[in-house]
Amino acid sequence: MNNKSSVFKKRALVAVMASLMAASAKAEISDDKVVIGYMDDMSGPYSDLAGPAGQTAVEMAIEDFGGEVNGKPIELISSDHRNDPAVASNLAREWMDQDAVDMITGLNASSVAIAVSKLVEEKNKFAMVTTAAADSITGEHCTPNHVHWVYDTFAVSDAAARAIVEQGGESWFLMSSDYAFGHAMEAAVENAVEESGGTIAGKIRHPFPTDDFSSYILQAQGSGADIIGLASAGSDLINAIKTAYQFGVPQSGQTLASLMVFITDMHSLGLDVAQGTQFVTGWYWDMDDQAREWAERFQEREGRMPTMIQAGNYSAVTHYLQAVEATGSDDPEDVRQYLMENPIEDFFARNGRLREDGRMVHDMYLAEVKSPEESTGEWDLYEIKSTIPAEEAFRPLSESQCDLVNN
Amino acid sequence: MAPTHSLTPAMQRQRNARLRRNTFYLALLAIALVAPFVAYPVFLMKVLCFALFACAFNLLLGYAGLLSFGHAAFLATGGYITGYLLASYPGLTPELGILAGTLASLGLGLAFGALAIRRQGIYFAMVTLALAQMVFFFYIQAPFTGGEDGLHGVPRGELLGLISLADNLNMYYFVLAVFVIAFALIQRTVHSPYGQVLKAIRENEPRAVSLGYNVDAYKLVAFVISAGIAGLAGATKTVVFQLASLTDAHWHMSGEVVLMTLLGGVGSLFGPLVGAGLVVSLQTQLAQSPLGNWVSVILGAIFVICVLSFRSGIVGEIQKLVKKNFK
Amino acid sequence: MTMIFGVPLAVFMGQLMLGLINGAFYALLSLGLAVIFGLLKIINFAHGAQYMLGAFAALLGLQYLGINYWVALLLVPLVVGALGVVIERTLLRRIAHLDHLYGLLLTYGLALIFEGTLINFFGVSGSSYPVPEALQGGVNLGFMFLPLYRGWVLVAALVVCLGTWFMIERTRLGAYLRAGTENPALMQAFGVNVPQLITLTYGFGVALAAFAGVLAAPLYPVSPTMGSSLLIVVFAVVVIGGMGSILGAVLTGLGMGLVEGLTKVYYPEAANTVIFLVMILVLMLRPAGLFGKEA
Repeated sequence: MNNKSSVFKKRALVAVMASLMAASAKAEISDDKVVIGYMDDMSGPYSDLAGPAGQTAVEMAIEDFGGEVNGKPIELISSDHRNDPAVASNLAREWMDQDAVDMITGLNASSVAIAVSKLVEEKNKFAMVTTAAADSITGEHCTPNHVHWVYDTFAVSDAAARAIVEQGGESWFLMSSDYAFGHAMEAAVENAVEESGGTIAGKIRHPFPTDDFSSYILQAQGSGADIIGLASAGSDLINAIKTAYQFGVPQSGQTLASLMVFITDMHSLGLDVAQGTQFVTGWYWDMDDQAREWAERFQEREGRMPTMIQAGNYSAVTHYLQAVEATGSDDPEDVRQYLMENPIEDFFARNGRLREDGRMVHDMYLAEVKSPEESTGEWDLYEIKSTIPAEEAFRPLSESQCDLVNN
Repeated sequence: MAPTHSLTPAMQRQRNARLRRNTFYLALLAIALVAPFVAYPVFLMKVLCFALFACAFNLLLGYAGLLSFGHAAFLATGGYITGYLLASYPGLTPELGILAGTLASLGLGLAFGALAIRRQGIYFAMVTLALAQMVFFFYIQAPFTGGEDGLHGVPRGELLGLISLADNLNMYYFVLAVFVIAFALIQRTVHSPYGQVLKAIRENEPRAVSLGYNVDAYKLVAFVISAGIAGLAGATKTVVFQLASLTDAHWHMSGEVVLMTLLGGVGSLFGPLVGAGLVVSLQTQLAQSPLGNWVSVILGAIFVICVLSFRSGIVGEIQKLVKKNFK
Repeated sequence: MTMIFGVPLAVFMGQLMLGLINGAFYALLSLGLAVIFGLLKIINFAHGAQYMLGAFAALLGLQYLGINYWVALLLVPLVVGALGVVIERTLLRRIAHLDHLYGLLLTYGLALIFEGTLINFFGVSGSSYPVPEALQGGVNLGFMFLPLYRGWVLVAALVVCLGTWFMIERTRLGAYLRAGTENPALMQAFGVNVPQLITLTYGFGVALAAFAGVLAAPLYPVSPTMGSSLLIVVFAVVVIGGMGSILGAVLTGLGMGLVEGLTKVYYPEAANTVIFLVMILVLMLRPAGLFGKEA
């Protein structure tokens, strides 16, 4: 322990010295332009929840900002990384080496986010992870060069799992996606369930993506657990739920708990199947006037309502541009410093602030999917039950595994 | 060097051919040496790694007549072993890491080869494909590969503990050196007596058997060398890109190397080089263009065209042209 | 609860049942490959893509033309089979005189084209095809709750496999086919139109793949990549069974489905690899395959 903390202290010292040296030298916008790179799953299992419509949100942010910062133009390049960390990492390398990209955002799939953020640190650029969910992104994989904006596995599963156990769902079977996201979610749920007095009856990991969930569902059925916790996202989640219905899971008294829920998933599942699902979300388009106003502008362009990710994309890019404008620099250290010193408050983030580990904490919401009778429109899908205050919603810094935090 | 009178015309021709070839090699090497000042070095390194991979594959298809549809397994094994070792043992220098990756592929090649050469032709292709798919599933689940997340943060390190490879130019010249050495090895193998026997087996296996050659042993050696060089390509690639991932183990990668070789010219030394260069440039260029999503359709179309009417590949067709017009 | 080696009976039987259903797909697909291989001597690498085309044709037919499942089950194999006929006539025939490896490469290229084109229009995440009304719901078998549709898939696949076996082993057309496999030149001399027989055979093999695709549509997300990874497993099944006999292909397919199901019960980590391990074993002990004649 002693040894470890002295390493951290040394690191912190180095960081302080570096920042002192940097402050005088680099306060300017490199290459006379600000280049934002948006990479995400544009065609695959996660493309609905972020994807091309997420790019629209980024474009809206740039347009609303006036297309330039301090007289320097803002450029956007984008690409489909197909959830492949190798593709993403090669692309990011090329963007930073060849295309003068200053900030990369989107970064769906936690595996991609982790790979790219390491590279971003090496090249000393900036990344704002909006889509990927693993809380290890600002835990063991934190770097001074990236921040995590919208939500994470801890924030969406901890409160929801505790609430379900309190309502009597004590034994759990966990089914998770077999990569960084699913692993992080699995750990968070296990911890929440056990701490609140429940038990884990069994768990299984499925490949990402999976076409045929039948054998996993069978195993979950055989476990006899009250709750089948689903730590999968996007089309995987939808397929798992549909298969569970085919095999009569809900009919036989087991409850499905979807933990990673996007409005697009609930929309495509339909209220008949989805009603009553309890989950935590970072934002909902109909939660207040500010949110509605932006969501309607988005709907005009995309023909559908935004997910929390798409709203978060707009928020992240806008705050980045504000930081560049205020500091007159696109140096990652200046930008991060500014973001940490100023409150994060807009139509998306409430009571937000950027923590030292790179986690942007803001209010989260416990929500429930409406029944078909309660819903008044195609996108009238959620009822917000309660607000989880920003400081309670995310994994506390005292439990952090991030090197940037002095524990 | 003054020509000697005692040379027969045939020897003279041979000698001229060798001279021409050496001049050609030198010109290519000169181009390769200045290339990183003109083009993006990481792109060039990618081309070199894939060219090496294709050369390894060609050694098997072009000279032993064996179509392996599982060469991705060797590329990936080289990459994963090297990546894992370099990432977990910070003291290890990159060249030792690469050596370890190559040896691992060599070993895997021995196991695969021993099984696969029991069947011929189409069965051989299917068996190698299935074996490689098994390796793919193994790498998804093996803890050291990071599974779906991939293996990241492989340090480029310092060559021999002296020269930092973090610099793209240093890295490039190292990759070029690896390529040249491996290419020379392949060339020596092909022109050696062993290579001649291999060709004889390809042309007429029963005849080679009746001449007393242990055909299976010859094939196995070719398979193992090819696997080792494919592993070397994968290991080098991992150091360049600082990561190893399932993409390299996926069977699409096995298909891509077949395409590179077919497009460039099966059984010609330079064919795979040209093919790899073209396919990699095509992928890189198209990825940024509106045609980006059509890459696999275009590759498929190239496959069909090559098979239907372009079976000697680019280099092969050029050689035919040269022979026709200058003889 | 009854336990079998520490596993509840319900889970055990359930996984076997699912394995058998997967096995039905392996059987249908390896049967198609075997039929094509018999006469053309090529491995149809586009088989997975043609299976996928079957599923897509059913999906698009339903969405745009209102063709229901039962009509699609008959119509789609004909349409995709016709595409197979065109492929044989225009492409495969031109390389028939070459090394058969070229056939493998050509069909691989075709698979890339089909897959890539559909990815451009439909993405890779897949759409769902509704289970036909008559087959919704399920039956309680006592040991498991079996969705009716899955039971139907098993029955339909078995009927088609046996029908094919009967046609090839017991009818005149089948006799021609078998004779053509043995000695095409002699058949030509006897006045049988061998080129036409080859075309029809390829078309039939492709139609089998498309039929499997329609069967799969309500089970799995219909996506452009649904066939490609399945195909490699089927290749391993083919190597295990050997290309020798029709019945061999069917039995090996079903058997491998069961083996996979069993593995899911006791050692799920190896479920993806177990068929390949069996293949290795077979290669070591009986290189020609379980039902194969010495190649």
